[in-house]
Amino acid sequence: MKVLIYAEQQDGQLKKSAFEAVSFAVQTWAPHGVQDFTVVMGGRVSEQDAAGLGNYGATLVMMPEDGSLDAFEPHVHSAVLLDALQKSGADLLVMAHTYAGKSLAPRLAVSWQATLAAAVNHPPEVQQDGSWTVQRTVYSNKGLATYQVSGDRRILSFTPNALKPVLQGAPCPVQPLSTLAGAGASRTHRLEVQKVQGKIPLTEAERVISGGRGLKGPENWHLIEGLADACAAATACSKPVSDMHWRSHDEHVGQTGITIKPDLYIAVGISGAIQHLAGVSSSKTIVAINTDPEAPFFKVADYGVVGDALEVLPRLTEAIRRSAGS
Amino acid sequence: MNILVCLSQVPDTTTKIAFSADNKSLNKTGVQYIINPYDELALTKALELNEATGGGTVTVIHVGGADAEPVLRKALAIGADQAVRIEAEPLDSRQVAGELAAYIQGQSYDLVLTGRESIDYNCGLVGGMLSQYLDWPLVNVATSIDPTGQAGVLAVSRDMDGGREKVEVSLPAVITCQKELTEPRIPNMRGIMAARSKPLQVVSPQGIGPDLSLLSHALPPARQACRYFEADQMDALVEALRQQAKVL
Repeated sequence: MKVLIYAEQQDGQLKKSAFEAVSFAVQTWAPHGVQDFTVVMGGRVSEQDAAGLGNYGATLVMMPEDGSLDAFEPHVHSAVLLDALQKSGADLLVMAHTYAGKSLAPRLAVSWQATLAAAVNHPPEVQQDGSWTVQRTVYSNKGLATYQVSGDRRILSFTPNALKPVLQGAPCPVQPLSTLAGAGASRTHRLEVQKVQGKIPLTEAERVISGGRGLKGPENWHLIEGLADACAAATACSKPVSDMHWRSHDEHVGQTGITIKPDLYIAVGISGAIQHLAGVSSSKTIVAINTDPEAPFFKVADYGVVGDALEVLPRLTEAIRRSAGS
Repeated sequence: MNILVCLSQVPDTTTKIAFSADNKSLNKTGVQYIINPYDELALTKALELNEATGGGTVTVIHVGGADAEPVLRKALAIGADQAVRIEAEPLDSRQVAGELAAYIQGQSYDLVLTGRESIDYNCGLVGGMLSQYLDWPLVNVATSIDPTGQAGVLAVSRDMDGGREKVEVSLPAVITCQKELTEPRIPNMRGIMAARSKPLQVVSPQGIGPDLSLLSHALPPARQACRYFEADQMDALVEALRQQAKVL
């Protein structure tokens, strides 16, 4: 069996999901005797960074021969990946279920005629007959579904933060990847790009501090940002907060917003409506801070503080800073 | 433009999820079904685009049984011109996308809109698969869609990892819709009356099979009881987060 791994970069830097993708593939299939873990880079990174994926178990990295993959475009990326899959004789493709993965995986499932297991929570159980049992969340984290996945060609996409990358191996060789001269003319044309600068992307974040109506107004958001800063966390908000334009829509987590599963989720002044919990309840550890002791969030929280957000937040921030300094 | 909007029906967002005795399906007792919220945005945007560019039709399509007809009628009441239902029990994204593609290939749509994902199975794959089946460009997770003044070209903003970008896309294309695109419309009485006489066509499926076989459903594991701290015990909370939960 031969595994191909799609690794993402942004502005020439490997993304966190690149390490997770390599580790996900290696940790799952190395114990089953797979020895070939080839990475296809979605855009160029330094030779040294590419070779460094070998430290996580990659055996070869294919680096685009020109810049045509540097910016993400689903047509071009899926055409190049299809070509790499066909030339390498791989029978399995692994990628992260990121924005890029959500565009690429379904296109390749059709063009490569592969079975797609998308948004898998943790490494599959590989059965005797080679089929996999995979689990994913359904009904916006309110349920789990287990599927059997079989087929000669398969694609697996996993949710970000599904596992911690593990060091195992040494730097590996890097070879050029044919980009098919940009895979022909694209029918989308980029006009402008707005990058979020200096902020931890919400979907990748290991820690998230989220504010609700209990913050009483956008003018108090420095308290959320202060706590986020103290523990290197991303910031998020509840639906009412984004609906009232206290914060932008891209921070809204919940059933109709972004679904996240960080290691630590601190919900400040959010009551815990079922729609909000749907987006965050797979977080590993949940802390709820709310004035209302009956707030539903306390039913799913691991740790709770009954108190006013404006009073508790500075104290918590201070305690974290003290603890980090000691 | 002639726009096709792919709709799924999903349990209302307040639904408490429970599964059937064999864990193979949702326990539908008392479950209210709604248009998938992202698909509803797609429908509103389709109507807005045709209002802005002066013409064309909006068709809604659904893969599923007759139990979805109230949801299709609601879409007609909101303003769609006609509805199509492909008579098949939807089992996974592959089957839905394959059936939709087979239908679309015999028609002449300029644009296919759908939600970025359904809030029941949350895969977000149908738009991407459809774009590949049709060999049309894909713009996933769009937060704005605007006419450009040039016929057959739309300007679309899309969310991406670490930011947002604006692209121009040549039609025909598949665009999946994200919150922020627009606000859903509430059907008025005239719309509801008109919906009764709008065409709802039922189409036979091509028999495209699913990829995955479902073994079982389960509820997420119950969480441990909450451990409480007073507002003046923040050092103890931080200690617990470090030593017990190991997340700091």
